[in-house]
Amino acid sequence: MFRVTTKTAVGIGAACAALLAAPPAMAAVEAETGYVFNTFSFLFSGALVMWMAAGFAMLESGLVRTKNTATICLKNIALYSIAGILYYLIGYNLMYVDVGGFMGSISFLYNPSDAEMALLGADEATDAMVAAVVDNSYSVASDWFFQMVFVATAASIVSGTVAERIKLWPFLVFVVVLTAIIYPIQGSWTWGGGWLSEMGFSDFAGSTIVHSVGGWAALTGAIILGARKGKYGPDGQVNPIPGANLPLATLGTFVLWLGWFGFNGGSQLALGSAADATWMAIVFTNTNLAAAGGVVAAMLMTQIMYKKVDLTMALNGAIAGLVSITAGPDLTNHLMSIIVGAIGGVLVVIAIPMLDKFKIDDVVGAISAHLVAGIWGTLAVGIFGGGDLMVQIIGIVAIGVFVVVTSSIVWLILKYTMGIRASEEDEDLGLDSAELGLEAYPEFGRGSQRA
Amino acid sequence: MKLVMAVIKPFKLDEVREALTELGVQGLTATEVKGYGRQKGQTEIYRGAEYAVSFLPKVKVEVVIDDGQADSVVEAIYKAAKTGRIGDGKIFVVDVASAMRIRTGETGAEAL
Repeated sequence: MFRVTTKTAVGIGAACAALLAAPPAMAAVEAETGYVFNTFSFLFSGALVMWMAAGFAMLESGLVRTKNTATICLKNIALYSIAGILYYLIGYNLMYVDVGGFMGSISFLYNPSDAEMALLGADEATDAMVAAVVDNSYSVASDWFFQMVFVATAASIVSGTVAERIKLWPFLVFVVVLTAIIYPIQGSWTWGGGWLSEMGFSDFAGSTIVHSVGGWAALTGAIILGARKGKYGPDGQVNPIPGANLPLATLGTFVLWLGWFGFNGGSQLALGSAADATWMAIVFTNTNLAAAGGVVAAMLMTQIMYKKVDLTMALNGAIAGLVSITAGPDLTNHLMSIIVGAIGGVLVVIAIPMLDKFKIDDVVGAISAHLVAGIWGTLAVGIFGGGDLMVQIIGIVAIGVFVVVTSSIVWLILKYTMGIRASEEDEDLGLDSAELGLEAYPEFGRGSQRA
Repeated sequence: MKLVMAVIKPFKLDEVREALTELGVQGLTATEVKGYGRQKGQTEIYRGAEYAVSFLPKVKVEVVIDDGQADSVVEAIYKAAKTGRIGDGKIFVVDVASAMRIRTGETGAEAL
């Protein structure tokens, strides 16, 4: 409908080209210039997505209680670092190198290519050396960097849901497995060129591949971990546990919004032609409109449902809008992206209390904003974006089953070995005190009343 | 000597302080507290779940004065802190056994 057939072919062509190191299908500039712009796009967009790690940290620390704030900050910076290291050690190869139908290669470390090393090491660079490098369309490390920040995003989705009662080190062990094995394998099925991509599964920037994956892992974690003490009462009563710092949560959401321009924009995977640049602009526009639609829809929903607008739901609405458009931000009729985002905003407002009904305690609404909206966003490509709805469903289900099974196994192994849940006493005292031995806000509250 | 302890609405603190200064009261202690009275708090909704906000933020003001001043201090606080709506607070008067100014060691009424 809104996706021209030639664009589909050219888009897939560009994506495959970028991924499989063939000459760019859309190069209208000189090859070396195209290489520079493509590399720049990966690096700059990757840096914006890295900034989303800060956004998650701020959003999460605004929505947990003071006594658990330092812990959530530590989890966020730790998981970002671990994701990067593991993706370098194993993950990228498993996802992108020599991908068969179901996974890439089990090889270690991912370093500059031989052609790049030859160019960088040469006393006199020859045209042939430059051509060999430029033939890849972008620097090898720039693609690693860009893909790495995506796996880090998936991991950070989990930390918000399980906050305030999960033990630090078992959580980080889970992150190791998620970023080294689980995410890369399902990523190889799709972006790595494996069986799902061969079927025509379309997920531009990762509504399923990143956000739902994080969401499924968060869901299984929340179920296996259990709810926070005192969250649910015996008669189905739900006890709110308000967050400590709403300005921080708001700032975090804005930071995520900004970072998303890199998340979706960079997923064009190329900037070396007029067409690419135009697509990137369209993607930025849709990304912004979808977030806006999500916010307004969430605000209207909470006003209608609760007679007051809930700021935290509005923030989740922005995220849900962003996640919803992530699978298909290349809609040429921008009105559609407002609708896609708005539906995401509606879904998140419904999903949050629904999870509570099932006694699944999600501290920040990550399951609602990333899994539910992620599924919607992937389906939306089949509805609005000219994708094959059946294939989208197959992809959602296949990746869902894979992540649910693998993440459950890991959570359960951790639960019955190291244990994943802080003791009741530690949970009461606060993890900052129990696990870190420090306070996030020592000048305020009870801290200032101690010697 | 008497300790007058008043739990008031936080935004009334400045008015109460001014009223006491006018009376010649030289010192005062204010603490941020939470509390509720007969009418309890109110219900709010956070992320779709209802909760009773029993503990509302208040400010506790404490002044120690001569016995003779107690009534006028209570009257002044009452007039300054009252809004007529629920949650205005309470004023208590307690006997004080002794007082000392730390800097000089003065005791009794001179310490006030």
